[in-house]
Amino acid sequence: MLRYYLELALHSLRRSSMLTALMVLAVALGIGACMTTLTVYHVLSGDPIPHKSARLFDIELDAADKAGWQPGQEPTFQLTRFDAEALLRAGHARRQVMMSGARVPVQPESAAIKPFYAPARLTSADFFPMFEAPFLHGGGWDAAADAAKSRVVVISKSLNDKVFGGVDSVGRDITIRRQAMRVVGVMNDWRPVPHYYDLTLGNYAKAEDVFIPFSTAMDMKIGSSGNRDCWGSSGGAGPGDLSAPCSWVQYWVELNSAADAPAFKAYLTRYSEDQQRAGRFERPPNVRLRNVTDWLVHREVLPADVGLQVWLAFGFLLVCLVNTVGLLLAKCLRRSTEIGVRRALGASRGAIFAQFVVEAGMLGAAGGVLGLGLAWLGLWLVRHSPAEYAPLAQMDWPMLALTLVLALVASVLAGVLPAWHAARVAPARYLKTL
Amino acid sequence: MELRPILSTLRRHKTAALLIVVEVAITSAIVCNALHLIANRLALLNHDTGLPESELVVLDVRGTGGPADTEDDTAQDLQALRALPGVKGATISNQIVYGNNSSNSGVKLDPSDRSGAIQASQYYGREQIISTLGLKLLAGRDFLPEEYVTGAVFDKMAQPSIGQVIINRRLAERLWPGQSALGRNILVFDDTPSTVVGVVEQLPHPYPGKAQNKEGYSMLFPIRPSFRGGVYLLRVDPAQADAVMKAAPAVIERVDNTRIVASVKSLPEMRRTYYAEDRAMVWLMSGVIVALLVVTAFGIVGLASFWVAQRSRMIGTRRALGATRGQILRYFQLENFLLSSAGIVLGMVAAYGISLVLMANYELPRLPWSYLPLGAAALWLLGQAAVLAPARRAAALPPVAALRS
Repeated sequence: MLRYYLELALHSLRRSSMLTALMVLAVALGIGACMTTLTVYHVLSGDPIPHKSARLFDIELDAADKAGWQPGQEPTFQLTRFDAEALLRAGHARRQVMMSGARVPVQPESAAIKPFYAPARLTSADFFPMFEAPFLHGGGWDAAADAAKSRVVVISKSLNDKVFGGVDSVGRDITIRRQAMRVVGVMNDWRPVPHYYDLTLGNYAKAEDVFIPFSTAMDMKIGSSGNRDCWGSSGGAGPGDLSAPCSWVQYWVELNSAADAPAFKAYLTRYSEDQQRAGRFERPPNVRLRNVTDWLVHREVLPADVGLQVWLAFGFLLVCLVNTVGLLLAKCLRRSTEIGVRRALGASRGAIFAQFVVEAGMLGAAGGVLGLGLAWLGLWLVRHSPAEYAPLAQMDWPMLALTLVLALVASVLAGVLPAWHAARVAPARYLKTL
Repeated sequence: MELRPILSTLRRHKTAALLIVVEVAITSAIVCNALHLIANRLALLNHDTGLPESELVVLDVRGTGGPADTEDDTAQDLQALRALPGVKGATISNQIVYGNNSSNSGVKLDPSDRSGAIQASQYYGREQIISTLGLKLLAGRDFLPEEYVTGAVFDKMAQPSIGQVIINRRLAERLWPGQSALGRNILVFDDTPSTVVGVVEQLPHPYPGKAQNKEGYSMLFPIRPSFRGGVYLLRVDPAQADAVMKAAPAVIERVDNTRIVASVKSLPEMRRTYYAEDRAMVWLMSGVIVALLVVTAFGIVGLASFWVAQRSRMIGTRRALGATRGQILRYFQLENFLLSSAGIVLGMVAAYGISLVLMANYELPRLPWSYLPLGAAALWLLGQAAVLAPARRAAALPPVAALRS
């Protein structure tokens, strides 16, 4: 029976090809717009580390002075170097990392490559296992290297390609800020989306090219980049000094399970109370422990424009669908005589209904395929847009499937009202006019 | 004209009529809000910083941890840059509008004030910054040579203090409304006062128009950053800007080639990059408005054509009974006008509702009333344009059409 309906639908669609083309195009435009914006939304709001995001926590302590303090406000969102080092020494979590962004000058041996600045991460050893950075050669360093302020680095694949021509450079030296540093690891291509472990350098920034032990970088007096909030008087301390009254270090912990979070939070509160008693913290203990998902929501990572665009696209799809309902209705009322004949020959109301829904579904399938093409075009346009996240706008399989399903569901829904009208046609009245 | 026959016909085609009304309503609601969004972004894109942007070039130079004498290098750089043909002035500043960093501080008048309410952007600039940025002094004077402090010295001060400051008009009006700011003190570095020696018309925040600095307060201190702590600003003859930008890196390398010229950009170029996403949003919104209107127009054409075909017998009868072509044409035009109007009324209510939702979720201003007639007019025109072809086809039907079917 379905095959007969499909034949009928095809026949009917072909008979008024202009109208059919118009309806397919309207569905395709709506679907294309929706899928373009939804794909961008889906990519940008994804979980960067799904199997672990509930166990990874960003830590905040309120180390600032009393000036401008109001009860209940959020603490400064980064740590001072002093507190970060104290927590790292205590090592209460399964893994913990303190870090900051930076830009470092790289001076390749070969005179053919001009010295250049590369984005860098100054971090303690747990970074690599904690955020699951993939390695091509070698690996990260250990806590002993942190303690010894070893001159070691991990570099990205692209930097390895640029400076070492893509060969395994583990064990070789690279000159950073006029210091020979031993390469211990070369990372594979890696781009966590969003750049969740440090949101101060752009929410969708690329992963860094150079990773240096935090302690080594402090020893080399490498300055940090990113956000730095200072308060009170520095008392002559340099920006990177242990005593600088500034929050600029990101601190993350990995716990054994999400259930350990309250205990860890209590530990942080105790630490804050100790600091307050010692006179370092002027504010009452105010700590935050946010897992990856909460952290991304709290920092409002998803650009507001992206949400707006999704709403706009669905509004557009709605107009396209109302339009399709109207045109389908016009079409099926025009075919009242044909319906009358079929009913008189014994087709039930249900059969007529099914026939018209199948026809709408067929429109939807065609619109979905064309819409997929338009979404592909739309994403190509997004990739050429100036946004930081532009290169990430790629369609994946779930989105591709969703496109076709959405098109089919939407068009069948659009077909219900006209089909219901068609099924109500009284045969006698139209037979008379034959 | 004869409204009653139109209404009674529509009553018999409730569903189709309702669909047109709904389509017009949604379209007009979205169009109103999209136009409003576009207008907002355009206002941002056309924001005037008051700087001679087309004459400014920004040069970012970085050290590589070498033995270079930072202060000496900076002085030599400036001298060499000023000697370039086409360069009218050169200075160095810790930040610049559309640059990617900004330094801000709380400003207070009273040491006991702990509210931190007034946040101002904090510029450090070398000699010639007033003339290079084309800042217009409304009152007071430029800094005197002996008032400048070297950046490295300032960084090492145990108790930082700078005796003089130039502030922009907005900050002056906020601190001392209706009064002269000259000779008064502000507290920025702990509780040591800085005396206002000048007020300038414009000194923009590095991120103009973005939420964190809507007020646009800013201040300038006589601190000389080195090339490590700031960017070079060149005021050039616009005709020679390209030549200057090409020549500048070689000048820097000649002074000390251990350094890296990270970027040479003109301010118009930086402005384009800064607003690129907003511009993209304007194009996107415009595209959606056009697509919406086109789809709606086709919907109206489609349904009107269907109605004409369906009512050909009625039209023929009316023509046979003496109705003119013009009357038939006007019948369809009036019918469309009624449907559009109903849709527009519904749409205006929806537009307002959408605006309230956007205000709550996306920090957008309220939709001004003036957009409602604009959206209404657009949809009325669209409806009339779309119905014209089917209506003319109807008017062209000969009276015998009534007998044929």
